[in-house]
Amino acid sequence: MLGRLLRARYATLFLLAAIMIAVPYLAPSAFYLRVAAVVWVFALAALGLTILMGYAGQVSLGHAGFLGLGGYAVAIGPARFGLDPVLCLFLGAALAGALAFLVGRPILRLKGYYLAIATLGFGVILALVFHSESDWTGGPDGMAVARVTVFGTRLAGAATWYWVTAGALLIGAFLALNIEASPTGRALKALHDSEVAAAGAGIDVGRKKLAAFVIGAIYAAFAGGLLAAMNGLITPDAASFMHSIELVAMVIIGGLGSVLGAVVGAAFLVVLPQALTVLQEYEQAVLGLLIMVFMIFLPAGIVPTLRKWLLERLS
Amino acid sequence: MSLLAVEDLGISFGGVIAVDGVGFRVEPGQVFSIIGPNGAGKTTLFNLVTGIYTPHRGRVTMAGETLTGLAPHLLARRGMSRTFQNLQIFFRMTALENVMVGRHLSERTSLLSDLFGLPASSRQNRATRDAARVLLERVGLGAVADTLAGALPYGALKRLEIARALAAEPKVLLLDEPAAGCNAVETEAIDHLIADIAKSGVGVVLIEHDMKLVMKISDRVLVLAQGRRLAEGPPRDVRENPDVIAAYLGDHGAREADRAGA
Ligand SMILES: Nc1ncnc2c1ncn2[C@@H]1O[C@H](COP(=O)(O)OP(=O)(O)O)[C@@H](O)[C@H]1O
Ligand SMILES: [Mg+2]
Repeated sequence: MLGRLLRARYATLFLLAAIMIAVPYLAPSAFYLRVAAVVWVFALAALGLTILMGYAGQVSLGHAGFLGLGGYAVAIGPARFGLDPVLCLFLGAALAGALAFLVGRPILRLKGYYLAIATLGFGVILALVFHSESDWTGGPDGMAVARVTVFGTRLAGAATWYWVTAGALLIGAFLALNIEASPTGRALKALHDSEVAAAGAGIDVGRKKLAAFVIGAIYAAFAGGLLAAMNGLITPDAASFMHSIELVAMVIIGGLGSVLGAVVGAAFLVVLPQALTVLQEYEQAVLGLLIMVFMIFLPAGIVPTLRKWLLERLS
Repeated sequence: MSLLAVEDLGISFGGVIAVDGVGFRVEPGQVFSIIGPNGAGKTTLFNLVTGIYTPHRGRVTMAGETLTGLAPHLLARRGMSRTFQNLQIFFRMTALENVMVGRHLSERTSLLSDLFGLPASSRQNRATRDAARVLLERVGLGAVADTLAGALPYGALKRLEIARALAAEPKVLLLDEPAAGCNAVETEAIDHLIADIAKSGVGVVLIEHDMKLVMKISDRVLVLAQGRRLAEGPPRDVRENPDVIAAYLGDHGAREADRAGA
């Protein structure tokens, strides 16, 4: 029974929904809800990398660039063009998708380290643009994001944003789980293992990689837009190299290719620094140490290791 | 007009000529074998035919259509499938999923349908899975369908690659040493499988070291040495060709070939 549940496609979704419902009961304060909402948002961005890195095996060290793009779309659209912020959320995602399509073509021909460095460069350029185009972006201080209104109701308060971000993550997880179990997902996982054999089976490897890159960018841009709207502020830091690395770390710590793993990894890297602030100047060092310990003892990531352990227990 | 016509193919790597003006023709239902010592250029010839390398000279046509220089996935679309000497397995997938990938060309779902998990995608998954299961049974791997490919023994992986290649319903199937590293029983099974595939009308191009197998099932044999064609013809003629005996078969090989022919 539990074994079948562990293998069912949407089990992750139900588990995630259960956690989302439980959190407000277990931690009923605005502070905790805000932290949880940040976890949901970063998990959404990390899910894009789950598809790109976990399924298709293509690394991106510049993914926070798309996060920033989504954030600035929600900030700039309403402020400069008087557009509706919700519309801008979607426009930002479309823009990120289009940009990913354009840069993805040449970049994704590269492999391994070369792809890593090229995506890194791309992310750095975007961060630089957000930093220096102060007329548009407010420069290093960033810019305020107008309040979001949906059907006449203003989205405000920790609880509201908690549910908005939770809903977005559930939808993102739903789509990622669908992809994984589909012909497209099979093609992505195939080219991850052997591009030669995938091409031999008729898979247009370049096109599939590009699709994964575009989808990943759209996930990150949505997450960035939500983050900016929730915080009421976007700064170039959102697109920083550090954030790109954090996103990659989330997917790897949680478990490469696992949808639940992306959420667990996001929780790990969002909640732990908060919890470790009591250690003051040792915070960063302990966080780094914990990441190392987890990678040494759970190299496959938290979720796949737990899942395997549970399945072995059951059989 | 032949099913597969290869004309005057050539390529060199850093001044070393790996394949030097080789040509051959394969008809539907034929088993066409390529033999030759290690380093003769057999695998390179496959790589030229299947678009992994772009030939410096020569032409590849299928049923009259010129395909030289096309990307591998486009050649697959035109009915060309292959297996690899150094296994190219999707190790993180189960045996069944490996063969399911081979069905890619017959899958008809859009990216959006796959994203939203529409019924069309579920239906496609079922159809693909059913077809893949049949193929796994055919190569004798039905019992390990849900085993991770990375956990299967070498001989099983060789057959898994054949099943995956067959899944594309090819017109031409190129097999690069399918019986290498297999025991006598497994080789026998592969022998039957190849004969069966050819009987269904597929043109089979076979690279194989097992002389007994080659002499038994081939309609024609091409002998390569140092990138060049040494001889070509029916197995009997090739076996008796003095050049071949001297350059490749040697005493031992000739005796083996005789035994196979007897
Ligand atoms: N990509 C390559 N770069 C350099 N040399 C190559 C390459 N591919 C094949 N060769 C050379 O071509 C020759 C033929 O190799 P191969 O086709 O693998 O032989 P066979 O399959 O007949 O054993 C060898 O000398 C090999 O080193
Ligand atoms: Mg070879």
